[in-house]
Amino acid sequence: MEQNDLVVQMKGITKVYPNGIAANQSVDFSVRQGEIHALMGENGAGKSTLMKMLFGLEQPTEGEIVVNGEKVSLSSPTVAIAHGIGMVHQHFMLVPSLTVAENIVLGMVPKKSGMFIDFKKAIELTKEYSERFNLAVNPDAKVVDIPVGMKQKVEILKALIRGAKILILDEPTAVLTTQETTELFRELIHLKEQGYTIIFISHKLNEIKQITDRLTIMRGGKCMGVYETASITEQEISRLMVGRDVILDVQKDEAQPTDVVLKVRDLHYTNEWNKKMLDGVSFDVRKGEILGIAGVEGNGQRELVDMLFDLSEPDAGTATVNGKDVINASQARIRAMGVSLVPEDRMTYGIAEAATIEENLISDRFEEKRFNNGPLFNMKAIHAESDRLIADYTVLCKSRKQKVKMLSGGNIQKVVVAREFSSDPTLIIADQPTRGIDVGATEFIRKKLVDLSRAGTAVLLVSADLNEVMELSDSLIVLYGGKIAAYFEDTSELDDVVMGEYMLGLKRQSDEEIGRVCHER
Amino acid sequence: MWGQLFDTIFKAEFLFSVIRITAPILFAAMGAVIADKAGVVNIGLEGIMMISALFGVLFSYWAQSWLVGVIGALFVGALLGLMMGFFALKLKTDIILAGIAVNMMGAGGTIFLLYMFTGMRGNTGALVSSNILIPTVSIPLLQNIPILGEILSGHSVLTYVAFLLVWLIWLLLYRTPLGLNIRAVGENPNAASSVGVSVLRIKYIAISLSGALAGLGGAFMSMYYSQGWNSGMVAGRGFIALAAQAMGRGEPVGAMFSSLLFGLAQALRTKVSGLQGVSSYLVSLIPYVVTILGLVVYAASTLKRVKKIKAAHPEVKR
Repeated sequence: MEQNDLVVQMKGITKVYPNGIAANQSVDFSVRQGEIHALMGENGAGKSTLMKMLFGLEQPTEGEIVVNGEKVSLSSPTVAIAHGIGMVHQHFMLVPSLTVAENIVLGMVPKKSGMFIDFKKAIELTKEYSERFNLAVNPDAKVVDIPVGMKQKVEILKALIRGAKILILDEPTAVLTTQETTELFRELIHLKEQGYTIIFISHKLNEIKQITDRLTIMRGGKCMGVYETASITEQEISRLMVGRDVILDVQKDEAQPTDVVLKVRDLHYTNEWNKKMLDGVSFDVRKGEILGIAGVEGNGQRELVDMLFDLSEPDAGTATVNGKDVINASQARIRAMGVSLVPEDRMTYGIAEAATIEENLISDRFEEKRFNNGPLFNMKAIHAESDRLIADYTVLCKSRKQKVKMLSGGNIQKVVVAREFSSDPTLIIADQPTRGIDVGATEFIRKKLVDLSRAGTAVLLVSADLNEVMELSDSLIVLYGGKIAAYFEDTSELDDVVMGEYMLGLKRQSDEEIGRVCHER
Repeated sequence: MWGQLFDTIFKAEFLFSVIRITAPILFAAMGAVIADKAGVVNIGLEGIMMISALFGVLFSYWAQSWLVGVIGALFVGALLGLMMGFFALKLKTDIILAGIAVNMMGAGGTIFLLYMFTGMRGNTGALVSSNILIPTVSIPLLQNIPILGEILSGHSVLTYVAFLLVWLIWLLLYRTPLGLNIRAVGENPNAASSVGVSVLRIKYIAISLSGALAGLGGAFMSMYYSQGWNSGMVAGRGFIALAAQAMGRGEPVGAMFSSLLFGLAQALRTKVSGLQGVSSYLVSLIPYVVTILGLVVYAASTLKRVKKIKAAHPEVKR
């Protein structure tokens, strides 16, 4: 390998946080000019930390960074940008009420007559870059109104306009639909052809295979090696990432569904912008089965879950669990009926991040008699319960007293799941249960879901991850535009091409076919 | 009684007084708007008004010039804003506590300062003479138009400045790079700092401007409205301004209209309390009841807007 075609070299990087956690231990990482380079690893493997140091958000404890052959000290993002490094964060750094053009020129606003913003120039600049790099955006639209895919393009444009030649993309496809992902890949390849270098953080194996030239794998804060993408198999990658072969197929026995547990009939919901989000949705979930809800995000999934857990009210329709109404019941009542929720937004609805693991684990059951001695808590029982759950669900932590926010994403989700799955639920609503978490935790949670359903729990699985929803569900409905577009009684012989057509609204089953999902009339 | 009331309300003189009463609220409300846009709650407007009102009188007395007084009050206000910023942004106290401290300084400290500088207690009585009050202006042509002239002409210089400021603040916020930075910092500081905008600097600027505007409001109170400084003079206008900002959805023009509403309520109180058979205690509640009603309406209407932004942008804090 020629030394001079390396645009970025990070040598012997060690990062120890003030709390003593060593996120990176003598990591070597280098990127060639004009390649798409994947940085892979489980959550908590140290990828983000490494990239934060490259973008000047964190400073390494040890080691040196060489950019374009020059040893640099990246003390802030501004310095990193000056060296031609740009980053697109997983959570977009955009101001919602400003327009696309305003967001793009923020911090480098073109002026006219000495003091006013030159809006015309800002828009021209946006258009110019948008066309040059084939990243279509609408400069006048407010960011709050544009789709996620366009927001990402705005972020990429922001970096390019500031002169970035090396782009770091932090899990760029996590928030995108399938088509948007395809589009993004086309754009990235276009950028690569123009000589730009792209660092692509991801843990989606198929994407990595599809788009990257080389990849670096990290595990536990250390570098596990650099490979040519073409010469390594998905199995090898996953083995290097998690240290064992992840079973990509979920093993499960055939479902033996019995009585209907959740019965949803004719739900309607119109959101605050008068968009009809749910338009007559009816289905049943039976004891002992996993019913999946597939669909491109934003087709009513979130609204549906919100209705079922009293987070909002439908305009019309009913939903019952074992015959009891859930629409007008409080969350406490719904939980008392044996309903558990693994919420999509785990940081807001799943956990209290500043509380300890223990406090989070007992938050749905601390009122039970066994955890109380008169007016005081029975701490012994509480400790025993949390230790048991931490062990059963292999939550990686220092102790039960650790704050939840100190954990990695996968372990946070395990805390949520430990609480929700251990309350002997009759119905589990799992909304994107494995989003953004590592392969190990994902596999664990999927297995638990299958086990619980086979033990007689009804499971409603909402997931934008097509693989997950197809592998895990016994039967499956597709939501499109707030309506059920298809019902598949048996998911075993489904293929994603057919699914895609339903998900994108190209096809729709007849009402009779869809009606079969209502097992009880 | 009602007939009497209508007679007074539908007079040019009444509308003139609405404008006069609105002006100080408007200054402070503009201060609240700027601070809020930058994501800082300036709860210290009341105290800033009190203190700068006092300094306005003192400066104008020392220099025997109303203009020096007004500019002095403006700087004192800006300085107090800067101080709040220092406490909140540098020393990391809660901005609300810093604001409360300023308000308490405004209530108690001013009496001490007055005594220290002049030996007077409670008010500036003898310091004020008509030549150092803010002058009024009659607007040529406009003053000759019946009714309209009576309402709009003959206000103090600062009254016109107050309404002009609504436009200037709008221009600042929506047409200048500084305004863009202020709005970005207030809405998503991470986004702003990620492109090299200094969040701290913008917040300091915003809260100083906010203080300066409240300072003008203070000067208006002592150097025109009450013609002298006394200890109970600002009487909650700083807080009402916060309500006006909130009710006006944080926008300059909206805040102006809600300030006018509060001005109207105050003016009404003055008129009604002059009537026979009405409890003056009950009447004195009017502006505050209007404030509460206004805030209820505001809260109901914003809930949806906030939900919308939150739904699309979970990362945005506000």
